Amino acid sequence: MDSIEVFGRKLEQELDGVVPGSIKADTNYREIPEWSSMHALILIALAETEYNVALTGEDLRKCNTVQDIYDVIKSRA
Amino acid sequence: MPARIHSTRYFLPKTTYTNADFFGEFPELKGSSIEKTGVKTRRIAQKNEVSSDMALAAAELLIKEEGINREDIDFILYNSADLDYYTPATSCVLQGKLRLKSSCGTMDIVNGCSSFVYGLGIASGIMETMGARNVLLLTSSVLTKYIHPQDKANRFLFGDAAAATFIVQSDKQQIGPFVYGTDGASYGKIIIKDGFARFPLTESSFVNRADEYGNITNDASFEMDGTAIFLFSNRTVPPMIDELLAKASLSKSEIDLFIFHQPNVFLNEHLRKKMSIPEDRFFHCMENFGNTVQSTIPIAIREAQVAGKLKPGMKVLLAGFGTGLSWAATIVQF
Repeated sequence: MDSIEVFGRKLEQELDGVVPGSIKADTNYREIPEWSSMHALILIALAETEYNVALTGEDLRKCNTVQDIYDVIKSRA
Repeated sequence: MPARIHSTRYFLPKTTYTNADFFGEFPELKGSSIEKTGVKTRRIAQKNEVSSDMALAAAELLIKEEGINREDIDFILYNSADLDYYTPATSCVLQGKLRLKSSCGTMDIVNGCSSFVYGLGIASGIMETMGARNVLLLTSSVLTKYIHPQDKANRFLFGDAAAATFIVQSDKQQIGPFVYGTDGASYGKIIIKDGFARFPLTESSFVNRADEYGNITNDASFEMDGTAIFLFSNRTVPPMIDELLAKASLSKSEIDLFIFHQPNVFLNEHLRKKMSIPEDRFFHCMENFGNTVQSTIPIAIREAQVAGKLKPGMKVLLAGFGTGLSWAATIVQF
């Protein structure tokens, strides 16, 4: 499993319009500019493609920060 | 009686709504990931234009361009959630407007995103059991009329269109086998809740609310849980394809072209990669149309033919999935 820093970089690469280096462990992903349902799909697809982990809508609702979602993925990877 | 797809045509309403128009209205979304959905422009039906008007136009275009004799049309299947009247069936109205013979059968189908494939299955069944030789399958959607003006995500995704497909008898069966499925417990994931039998329109139908991403809707408008649908598609489509291929005793490499319902290029690309389908055998058709619900597959068939990517003799796997939640897939030999 990648470190949280690498996970953050990968997420930045997938999200259009996000400034490189702006996603940190304590970033509340809902506060990423123009966070949308499309971003949620990108996050779910990233978890599956990179880590073979299936996230659910419930996971996204429960988590707040990038660290929270990273921990969920890590626990299932 | 064995069946095959003879031809297909589509009709688009006049008004164009481009991404430039969209970003003019919602400048905050310019440069965001919404463009990963793959839509660049879409058509919007006129206020007084209903689905059956567009289906009629698609049918007339098909009849004219393919030189189809109206006397040869034995059955109309009208595939739309937008029916003209509570009763009669809209397919009956269309039979009259198309000036078809009185021995022509008619039926409405309302399944949504999976229903073009349902239509092919029903057409094959009608030809097998009811003696029809030629079936006209019409699909049409004006969903944009039901999308709230401030529902940004769905206004970007959806477009209006109709398609007409002519299914004729063949020497050998060129449509099938089929796989169908339903998750009716999740019916609320794609819904227009109020305005029909269960919940008639009331004042509360028009009380706006925002989803967790800031899209506005109300109970009288279209609502889709995009995340849930992504997960549903991810969970359902790959096993459906495997089941269909097993039923047909074919491997993925024996399919010449995969044409899926077109909900979103990002989703379909994710599915393609997950199923290891080569890029050159997977057809995307979102750019100029958006998600046109039951018409996405026939439009994609026509576009693939015009682009020279779908040629006579090819085996094509068609897969629809969405509202219901429902899914259906089949293999068609062109």
